[in-house]
Amino acid sequence: MAGGKEIRTKIKSVQNTQKITRAMEMVAAAKMRKAQDRMRTARPYGEKMRNVAAHMSRAHPEYTHPFMSERGNSKRVGIIVVSSDKGLCGGLNTNVLRLVLGKMRAWEQEGVQVDACAIGNKGLGFLQRLGANVVSSVTGLGDTPHLDKLIGPVKVMLDAYAEGRLDSLHVFYTKFVNTMKQEAMMEQLLPLKSEKLEGAHGVWDYIYEPDAKNVIDLVLRRYIEALIYQAVAENMASEQSARMVAMKAASDNAGNVIGELKLIYNKTRQAAITKELAEICAGAAAVG
Amino acid sequence: MAMTMHVDIVSAEETFFSGLAEFVAAPSILGEVGVYPRHAPMLTRLKPGSVRVKRAMSEEEELVYVSGGILEVQPDVVTVLADSAIRGEDLDEAKAIEAKQRAEEAMKDRSAAIEFARAEAELAEAIAQLAAIQKLRKKR
Repeated sequence: MAGGKEIRTKIKSVQNTQKITRAMEMVAAAKMRKAQDRMRTARPYGEKMRNVAAHMSRAHPEYTHPFMSERGNSKRVGIIVVSSDKGLCGGLNTNVLRLVLGKMRAWEQEGVQVDACAIGNKGLGFLQRLGANVVSSVTGLGDTPHLDKLIGPVKVMLDAYAEGRLDSLHVFYTKFVNTMKQEAMMEQLLPLKSEKLEGAHGVWDYIYEPDAKNVIDLVLRRYIEALIYQAVAENMASEQSARMVAMKAASDNAGNVIGELKLIYNKTRQAAITKELAEICAGAAAVG
Repeated sequence: MAMTMHVDIVSAEETFFSGLAEFVAAPSILGEVGVYPRHAPMLTRLKPGSVRVKRAMSEEEELVYVSGGILEVQPDVVTVLADSAIRGEDLDEAKAIEAKQRAEEAMKDRSAAIEFARAEAELAEAIAQLAAIQKLRKKR
């Protein structure tokens, strides 16, 4: 059995760890609230964009933008993997990356090639280890997702699609359900599914300035960007709440470990005292 | 009571204005447009400039700077889908060049293998961005 001193230092170190995890838990809780607000403020833009796109697609059933037309057999797909920059957030990244891995294996078997775009450090590292073809990436987004950081890498993918180098585009991210629950998701961005654009009321046509094609192209691009921004914002909210939950579990576990160690410590202390008493008694008996 | 319409000015990152208004002026790509209630449906691109909104039941005018975006007009709803203030082709390119330089500098100084790998990734990213921007230019 370990001596009293070793157990004491061990208790100390576990206590220090607990302090850290508790602090991280509180920081994550504060950040989570902000991240959730941001996620909500991002929604109106996406909604409005969707409505405009829906109206347009109804008003112009005969005109199909390349973003909206299905392409027969896909030979090359693009994926955008949204992950966190930092670890210590439970199974968040593991879950989404497992989903990515499964899909990539399936595509590989079908002979489909994959071009990847990584948003976030963890996903980038994963894709590079996997030897995937990473076309573009962005890391170090911080706590606030800024659209101008996302535009570059996303544009690479959209251009590739517009030029026909990609046959479809998917985004992988963690959807924020509630504080306790986050779900790894795969969503198809391109070609735009027509169901996504349903729900608009009334049919009318717009006056387009400068011309219809120009405006429709811009609207659809912005719509896709808004979807990706939304995915990143959701991912950040998920990250913070997953971290909060993970750190709470860690603090609780540290508490349990400390309890057990204290029990052992007291037992050894008691044993040492008993032993000493026995020795004194034995010594006294031998003398007397 | 004067006629009013609902006006929303939103960007991906925040909502700038939402409420009733009597008049909206926006910098369309073909020149400034003024919109009163019951305007014909219209969809147009915006160039950088400010959007003026005259609130209902007040003399005050709200000014919102947009760096581009889309203006959607329906008879009683006007929506400005603004791009964030920091974007635009030139700015994107400047950023891409900056990122590229940063990556190249980091690559010269190969202190650690990890740093090198990261720098390489950053460089590839910057080059890809630049290429994309140049392609976009050629198309126009």
